[in-house]
Amino acid sequence: MIRDLALQGAQMLAVVVLAPLLTGLVRKMKARLLRRQGPPLIQPYRDLIRLIRKEVVLAEGASWLFRVIPYIIFAGTWVAASLVPTFGSGLLFSWSADLIAIIALLGSARFFLALAGLDVGTSFGGIGSSREVMIASLAEPAMLMIVFTLALIAGSTQLSTMAAYMATGEEGLRVSLGLALLALIMVAIAENARIPIDNPATHLELTMVHEAMVLEYSGRHLALIDLTSELKLLLYISVIGCLFAPWGIAGPDANPRAIAIGFVAYLAKLAVGGLLLAAFETAIAKMRVFRVPAFLGAALMLGLLGTLLLFVSGSL
Amino acid sequence: MTAAYALYGVAALIVLAPVAIALSTSPHGTAVIYGASLIITLTLGMIALLCLFGRAQTPGIILPLGLPWLGAHFRIDALAAFFLAVVNLGGAAASLFALGYGRHEHSPQRVLPFYPAYLAAMNLVVMADDAFSFLVSWEFMSLTSWALVIAHHRVGENMRAGYIYLLMASFGTLTLLLAFGLLAGADGNYAFDAIRESHPSAALSALVLILALVGAGSKAGVVPLHAWLPLAHPAAPSHVSALMSGVMTKVAVYGFVRIVFDLLGPPDWWWSMVVLAVGGITAVMGVLYALMQHDLKRLLAYHTVENIGIIFIGLGLALAFKAHGMALAAALALTAALLHVFNHSVFKSLLFFGAGAVLNATGERDMEHLGGLIHRMPQTAFVFLVGCVAISALPPLNGFVSEWLTFQAILISPQLPAWGLKLLVPAVGALLALSAALAAACFVKAFGVSFLGRARTPAAAQAHETDSNSLAAMYFLAALCLVAGILPGIFIDALAPVTNTLVGVSMPQQADLEWLTIVPIAESRSSYNGLLVFIFVVLSGSIAAFAIHRIASDKLRRAPAWDCGYPDPSPAAQYTASSFAQPIRRVYGTSVFHAREIGEMPPPGSLASARLTVELHDLIWDAAYAPVAKGIEYAAEKLNYLQFLTIRRYLTLVFAALVLLLLVLAIWQ
Repeated sequence: MIRDLALQGAQMLAVVVLAPLLTGLVRKMKARLLRRQGPPLIQPYRDLIRLIRKEVVLAEGASWLFRVIPYIIFAGTWVAASLVPTFGSGLLFSWSADLIAIIALLGSARFFLALAGLDVGTSFGGIGSSREVMIASLAEPAMLMIVFTLALIAGSTQLSTMAAYMATGEEGLRVSLGLALLALIMVAIAENARIPIDNPATHLELTMVHEAMVLEYSGRHLALIDLTSELKLLLYISVIGCLFAPWGIAGPDANPRAIAIGFVAYLAKLAVGGLLLAAFETAIAKMRVFRVPAFLGAALMLGLLGTLLLFVSGSL
Repeated sequence: MTAAYALYGVAALIVLAPVAIALSTSPHGTAVIYGASLIITLTLGMIALLCLFGRAQTPGIILPLGLPWLGAHFRIDALAAFFLAVVNLGGAAASLFALGYGRHEHSPQRVLPFYPAYLAAMNLVVMADDAFSFLVSWEFMSLTSWALVIAHHRVGENMRAGYIYLLMASFGTLTLLLAFGLLAGADGNYAFDAIRESHPSAALSALVLILALVGAGSKAGVVPLHAWLPLAHPAAPSHVSALMSGVMTKVAVYGFVRIVFDLLGPPDWWWSMVVLAVGGITAVMGVLYALMQHDLKRLLAYHTVENIGIIFIGLGLALAFKAHGMALAAALALTAALLHVFNHSVFKSLLFFGAGAVLNATGERDMEHLGGLIHRMPQTAFVFLVGCVAISALPPLNGFVSEWLTFQAILISPQLPAWGLKLLVPAVGALLALSAALAAACFVKAFGVSFLGRARTPAAAQAHETDSNSLAAMYFLAALCLVAGILPGIFIDALAPVTNTLVGVSMPQQADLEWLTIVPIAESRSSYNGLLVFIFVVLSGSIAAFAIHRIASDKLRRAPAWDCGYPDPSPAAQYTASSFAQPIRRVYGTSVFHAREIGEMPPPGSLASARLTVELHDLIWDAAYAPVAKGIEYAAEKLNYLQFLTIRRYLTLVFAALVLLLLVLAIWQ
């Protein structure tokens, strides 16, 4: 029991400590691909610490909700990230929310962040919120369709069970799995406000979505929101990793050696995921905001197609 | 005996109606009537819960009323007990809310007498055990609610709303009448027991299913029979709107479940196709309509349509599983649908109360005239936010649990052998997921535009917090949203007797599981623990807040909004309800509503202001209702000619009719 609790605690700590590093890695890689020096890997930690220490400058019209929301979305995303198998599956509380509930927890976080965009009553906040919910209205059903596809293959919506099933390698190559992977990557890009949907490095542009919503935040609130988006990126890479690259994940009763291997494997997966993301973002241009529905609609259709194939035939 | 006690309660409510006529002009009339309604509905709710948990088969009661050879049968079985609990929970909350809200009523004599009668009617529908009492109570329910809809008949389009409601209600009752007529057969034995004994042929059952879907569906608001709902529900006083949206639509669902699951015998597999398709379309269309609204109460009414769709998806899945003998899966789907019935009645009542409190405080229902209410009405804002989170199906509140169960039911359905279902169910799953995501967008808009931002009108800037009775009712429902969300096992177990009577089995007992988790089938397959998720979120949020404030900084300074350096002092520059919905209107609306945006720019040099006009078309109204209305008008105009004939011509017509009928008779034999 103590051991299980410690492992669960380690996972909670690991995700929150590794998240800024992952973002730092992506930024560094993008800079290197553009032949720039780029900020050091630990720059996101420095940014967070700097922001936390600063005072909060709160807009005059901001309500109590505006001040609470950073903590709500951070907590929701953190809990969701702690329930995804990273270095080990079947942790103490992993059964308390299945993949549908994890998606819905992220949905709660987004709901509150969109409200925060409307709270001060500025036009930039409104534009960010309204576009965010438009993107979410397609990304969330697409994600659920992907979950359906994977759940029908693995016979479970529990991430731990799904990861364990995928790790057995019984499935081999399946059409529906391929469709699900493609759709999942598309949704992950949209959900994390990456290029080509949104640009995490931009300000003062009418095309921005996420940054427009959080424009009025400052100080510790902004630090939490930044940490939340870093956590979310880590979460999605972890989900893709545990489902489509389930190698090295320690089982429920693993020995310390297996856990160490799992941890190293997890770090490697994060690094590979980050590198691929950086390469992809460098290679592609941002799309117009009203091209996004077509992009996400394609993800939704891929997910639906995957589910449909599994309904029609058990072997596709 | 319990049925008798419940009937005493209903009788008390009916007696309250004439008392209300007498008291309506007295200063204490409102308090007396709503107080009495509160006590009676609470008692009835207790009786219902006793029936549900006591699991005793209560004998029916036959009163010497109605048709002389039939009498009026009343009985409370598990299904009736559950819906009785929903009705009276909603009734009690509405009465408590109205204790405060009703004081501001301008013409109480138009509301007070009908209110207890309306509550009584809904109770009677659920308790009726023969077709005649059912239909009479159903019509009584329609008429009393119609009277409440036109209580403020001078305001806006309320008379038109009442007229359309009356037409649709009569149409619905007509189809139900035909359905029961077919069920009872030529002998006319209308008692439900006798109907259960008779086994109608397949074609007849199918016809009854369609009639029941149309009749009960028109009351519940399934697309395309929903047209009256968003007109009538917001027109009534807010506590009655809450009852109509939160409770009466559930009585309609009860009617459908009673006929299709109980009276009609074993289902055919294709029935579920019809119900699933209707449910899926209703869910998505309802929420898309809701997103286009800027009237707060109308938005909520349209959103009821969406939730009815979700309930019908659950019912359709249950029918599919039942038809294929998968009893456990049927129990899961039915539990999901019924749990959503309960959940929706709770959060929709809460949201209508909130809208009522806003209406009272500002005199506005239009969101474009609201804004910033969180500063002036902090408590209403808080409970309204809870309702918004719950209805958007977000964890850890209750709306998520029932949608999660529906998703779990969808995930079992590949085992269904029918090909039609194999193709339809994934599509319906996608529609359900789409409607859930759009619902969240809709309530970001509803809460964000009304309660957040800056006040757009002086009325909104001078709003005041609502009274303590109204707040008590809203806090009670908000607490129920949380409890049902974090301890769903209790509510699922309470539904076990209902699913036992309808599909023969129930979901596994949930209350004994460790940590109060809910596990629909097996833990390795899926499980959800709202309590733990709630505790984790609260704990990690508090730890983060405490740690940051303690070790880093807790300094705070107020300053003007940044807004990229271009803050606009006018609140009109904020995002409005329609501008918030613009991206979604552009994505979905161009096909669903034929939405068009027409921008008129003045010529260069002109000082005239630019205009942006948005055109939306209600295609369902244009395609289904407008032609019927036009046809009737045309026929009426032509038939009008018959009113101005000479006596000779009338006599000729009578003679011709007689000859025709005799001819028909002669050919018939």
